[in-house]
Amino acid sequence: MRLMSDPPRQLACAPRDAGSGERTTSAPVIQVHALRKSYGEHEVIRGIDIEVRRGEIYAFLGPNGAGKTTTVEILEGYRSRDGGEVSVLNEDPAHAGSRWRARIGLVLQSCMMPAELTVRELVELYAGYYPHPRPASETIELVGLADKRDARTKQLSGGQLRRLDVALALIGDPDLVFLDEPTTGFDPSARHHAWEVVANLRALGKTIFLTTHYMDEAQALADHVAVIVAGQIVAQGTPATLGAATTPSATSPSPCPRPRPPPSSRPSSLRLLDSATTVASTSARASPRERCTSSPGGRWRAANRCAT
Amino acid sequence: MRGWRLFAHQFHTDLLRFWRNPQSRYFTVALPIVFLVIFASLFKGTTVVDGQRIGMTTFYVPGIMTLGIISASFVNLTQVIVTQRENGEYKRLRGTPLPAGFVIASRAVVGVVIAVVMSALLLLIGRFAYNVRVPESTMVGLVIAVIVGAAAFSCIAFAVATWITSPEAAAPTTNLTVLPLYFISGVFVSDSIIPHFLRDVATVFPIHHLDEAILRPVIHTHGSGIAGSDLLIVAAWGVAALLIATRTFRWSPLAD
Repeated sequence: MRLMSDPPRQLACAPRDAGSGERTTSAPVIQVHALRKSYGEHEVIRGIDIEVRRGEIYAFLGPNGAGKTTTVEILEGYRSRDGGEVSVLNEDPAHAGSRWRARIGLVLQSCMMPAELTVRELVELYAGYYPHPRPASETIELVGLADKRDARTKQLSGGQLRRLDVALALIGDPDLVFLDEPTTGFDPSARHHAWEVVANLRALGKTIFLTTHYMDEAQALADHVAVIVAGQIVAQGTPATLGAATTPSATSPSPCPRPRPPPSSRPSSLRLLDSATTVASTSARASPRERCTSSPGGRWRAANRCAT
Repeated sequence: MRGWRLFAHQFHTDLLRFWRNPQSRYFTVALPIVFLVIFASLFKGTTVVDGQRIGMTTFYVPGIMTLGIISASFVNLTQVIVTQRENGEYKRLRGTPLPAGFVIASRAVVGVVIAVVMSALLLLIGRFAYNVRVPESTMVGLVIAVIVGAAAFSCIAFAVATWITSPEAAAPTTNLTVLPLYFISGVFVSDSIIPHFLRDVATVFPIHHLDEAILRPVIHTHGSGIAGSDLLIVAAWGVAALLIATRTFRWSPLAD
C-alpha cells in the first residue's frame, strides 16, 4: 500500500522553518523562467520565475487581474506564452501530448457539469480517459460525495459541484494538481471543508499549484507562497516569512496555520468527510506515523487522518 | 482506455446524454414524426415531381426524412457544441488525455446514428401508415444518402458553432436558417410550385441536394437510386466545413 511504504509526510500543521524558508530538496515539478504574456498592447505577465517542488502546495496569491489565471493556463497548456521557458513535469505544456495530460489534474475556475449524468457516471467517464485511474467509488468517497453517487449533477449544490470538480481532477491519479481559485464564492464552512480536501491531496503525495486571492487560504494551505501583482512577483516565501514581512505588528509568526475550529463546532454537513478526521483528533496521542499505519479501513481514510 | 475501446466509451456516454436530454427527445426525435403525421393528414392528393405525378405522402416521407437528418446532425449538434463549449466542458476535456478528434468524432457519430434511426422510423411509418414503399433496388442509394447527408451536416455544425456565441442563440439561429431553406428546397412543397429564381437560390445550398438524393430512391423505381451529383455536392459542403472547422474550432468559452 502506497502510504505505508512512503516516508512520513509533512503534515499541514508541522512547524516550519520561519527564518530561511527552506524547502524540501526534491526535484522541481514546475520550473518557469522569465515568463511573458501580452494581450495586444497590454502586457499581463512581465517576466516571472516560478519553481515548485515535488509534494508541496505552492500558492499563487494576488488580486484579481494580477495574471494568476493567465499564468496557470499557460502552465496547464491552454494558453501560449510570448516569452520565457516553462517546464511542467519535464515537458513544455505548449507541446505536451496525452501522456503528459494523464499526469496532471485540473480544477478550472468555473466549469459546469453535464446535467444529464449522475456523479458516478461522470467520474467513470473520466476514469476511462486515463491509463491508471483511481477507483471511481473511492474517489467519490474521498471528496465526500458518496451519498450523492447516483444523483444527477444538476441536483448538486455549488459546494458539491466543486467537490465533483476535484474528483474529476483526481480520478486519473495525477502527480500534479492545478487548483484555480478553488474557493471563490464559498461560504466559510464550505471553504474550510475545501481546505481539508486540499490538505488531503498533499497527504496523498500530490504536488499542488493553487491560485487564490484569499490571503488566509494561502496561509492555511501553502508551503510556499508567491505574491503576484500586475504581472510581477513582488514577494515570495513561506506563509510565516511573508506574514512577518507584511504585518510588522504581529508578535511572532505562527509556525502553524490558523487552527481549525474544533469538530463539535463545525456544521453537521461537514461530518461526512470529517468522520475519519474527527476520530483521529480524539486519539491525538498517537504519533502521526502510528495514526497512518494503524488505521483500519481503506487507505483513503488513512489519508484523511494523516492530513489532520 | 485507448483506441476503439476509448471511442466506444465516449460514444456510449454521448448517446446516453442525447437520450436523457428532453429537448433532444422532443425536437429531434418526436418532432419529425409529428410533422409527417400532420402533413400526411392535412395534405392529401397528389403532386408533381420531375414531371412525375406522385401521392402527397410519397412526397412527404423523403422530405421529412431530410428534415429529420438535418435536425439530428445539424440543428441538435450545433446546440450541443455551443453549450458544451460555453459551459467549459470542452475546455476541461482538453485537459484530459482524451484525443481532441475523439471528442468531435464521437458526438458526430451520435448525430449520424440518430439520423439513421430517425430515417428508419419515418420509413416504417410511411410504409405501414401510408403505404409508401421504397423499392429494394434503390434502398442502398437511400442508405448512402442518409449517411452522407448526416456526416456532411455534422461537419457543417462544427464549422458553424464557432460563430454562435451563446447556447441560447444556437437553436433560434439554426432553425431560422434552415426553415426558409426547407421551403425553397422542395422539402415542404414540390419544386414545381416554387418560382424559378428561388429554386436557383436553393441549389446553392446543400439542403436541396440532400432532399433530391433522398427523394430519388423513393420515387424512381429504376436505377440504383444513387443521386450521384447531388451527393457529391452535399459531400463537398461537408469537406469544406470540416476544413474550416479544423482551423477555427474553439475549445474554450468564447466568453473568456
